[in-house]
Amino acid sequence: MKRPLQYLALACYVAFLGFPLLWLLGTAMKGPDELTTGGVVPLSPTFENFGDAVGRADLITAATNSLVVALGTTALVLVLALPSAYALARYRTRLKIAANAWVLVSQVFPVILVALPLFLILRQFRLVDSLVGLTLVHAVYALPFALWMLQGYIAAIPRDVEEAGVVDGAGRLRVLVSIVAPLLAPGLVATAMFTMISSWNEFFFALVLIQDPAKVTLPLTLARFVGAEGQVQLGALAAGALLATVPSLLFFAAIQRRLTSGLLSGAVKG
Amino acid sequence: MTRAVERVVEAPPGRPLRPRRGRADAWPLVLPALLPVALFSVYPLAQGLYLGFTDARAGRGVVTRFTGFDNFARLLSDELFWSSFRIGIVWAFSVTVLQFVAGLGLALLLDQDLRLRWLARTLALVPWAMPPVIIAIMWRLLLNPNHGALPGGVNWLGEFSTALPAVIVIGVWAGMPQTTITLLAGLQTIDGSLREAAAVDGAGAWRRFWHITLPGLRPVIVAITTLDLIWNLNSFALVYVLTAGGPGGQTMLPMLFAYNAAFRYGEFGYASAMGGVLVVLVVGFLLVYLRGQLRRAP
Repeated sequence: MKRPLQYLALACYVAFLGFPLLWLLGTAMKGPDELTTGGVVPLSPTFENFGDAVGRADLITAATNSLVVALGTTALVLVLALPSAYALARYRTRLKIAANAWVLVSQVFPVILVALPLFLILRQFRLVDSLVGLTLVHAVYALPFALWMLQGYIAAIPRDVEEAGVVDGAGRLRVLVSIVAPLLAPGLVATAMFTMISSWNEFFFALVLIQDPAKVTLPLTLARFVGAEGQVQLGALAAGALLATVPSLLFFAAIQRRLTSGLLSGAVKG
Repeated sequence: MTRAVERVVEAPPGRPLRPRRGRADAWPLVLPALLPVALFSVYPLAQGLYLGFTDARAGRGVVTRFTGFDNFARLLSDELFWSSFRIGIVWAFSVTVLQFVAGLGLALLLDQDLRLRWLARTLALVPWAMPPVIIAIMWRLLLNPNHGALPGGVNWLGEFSTALPAVIVIGVWAGMPQTTITLLAGLQTIDGSLREAAAVDGAGAWRRFWHITLPGLRPVIVAITTLDLIWNLNSFALVYVLTAGGPGGQTMLPMLFAYNAAFRYGEFGYASAMGGVLVVLVVGFLLVYLRGQLRRAP
């Protein structure tokens, strides 16, 4: 193949993917008088906007709420998914077919269809406008994907290792906890990160279930700034948006390879 | 349907650890996950499908009366529904096709031994990790006619003629990375010696791509394009924050239409009917598509 052409194509991709990000970074570092001029690079870069973003009480509240929900969701998903994924990966039962079909179905139906009944159910339990309710919902909807990922990782663990444990007289749960789980650690970490980030990023359920300003999550708060953007908040908005992305970015950079192989084994091998 | 799904989801055969206890053993492990899923996912889904046949409304404790196909009949004569339906199809297919073509191109490039590919690889991760809301905010700032980055003062997201194309490009930006990374991982599972052997036999780059790479990628391509199409058809957050369906409904995706019906106008039954239509569409598409793909697979 022609090298120069390949480099040209690569440059186009880098520009397409990178320019918006560069521009966001530039905006976040512009002073108030530079914000309304169109330039990409700030002439006198400043970190003031980041300070402003961090100093905003509403952003701190929202970030704290998001973190609480994301951590709760992750813990809940791991506790629920590990034994199920193990059972689904190791046994050939109807249950497995049903569970995997559910994984597919859960990716397929529009959330609007469950949003209304979910709202009504949670209202019954007094869990509307509550971080506990949102955590439950996030966990249930992150579960199928976590199951899918974990099954792939578990299938990659040789059975012989477990059989040694079984022969030694350990029960099924014992085998899972003391033999499988340690071998699965990297896969568990990847699944945990993925779950955490999907909860951190989630918008729709939060929009539907949370109205109380004290309970809103970060995506909700940031979305609320939209419309006010031509005004003073422009720089702080860009800075806040960047800050909200940093945790996910670090996680994704760290687990990229593992995540992809997990998704792939899930997608291809079922 | 069931057979298609079974064939897709069935894992390679494995033997149970202890044949006699295999089935009974699985239940206690699965039960803790089963309960919350049943309560917060299966039941609401069934309830949602049912609500589509009622006149459920917000307020007054959601009084419901079974109204049969009234909501569906109303949908058929609702011009806003038809336009959101058309826009949804245009949006979902454009974004899926573009992000597949662009994603495959980038994946093939990243598979080569190019000097700056780490940069593209890293950049390809970013949109994946970014919350859709923040992607939307970033592009709104970028495309703002007054202080954005593009010259000419065009209000890309606010003009009737440019809003949908602009939103599609942004959708591709947001979705392409995941497609790329998945295809790249797929490329790396293809046996390199096949390509080398073909090269030795005198097959050009195009023939190698067409006869070895593409067939080798087939399962990954089927999986990722199917999921992309469904995700795009059901997408909400990105366009909600970008345009909220405007200007004048030019970017009113089906999910936005249903969201407005439910949470702005309180018409739960009507919105659920819309959700039901979406489900039937997606399942119908899946049936046709997967059946075709499975038949062609060896």
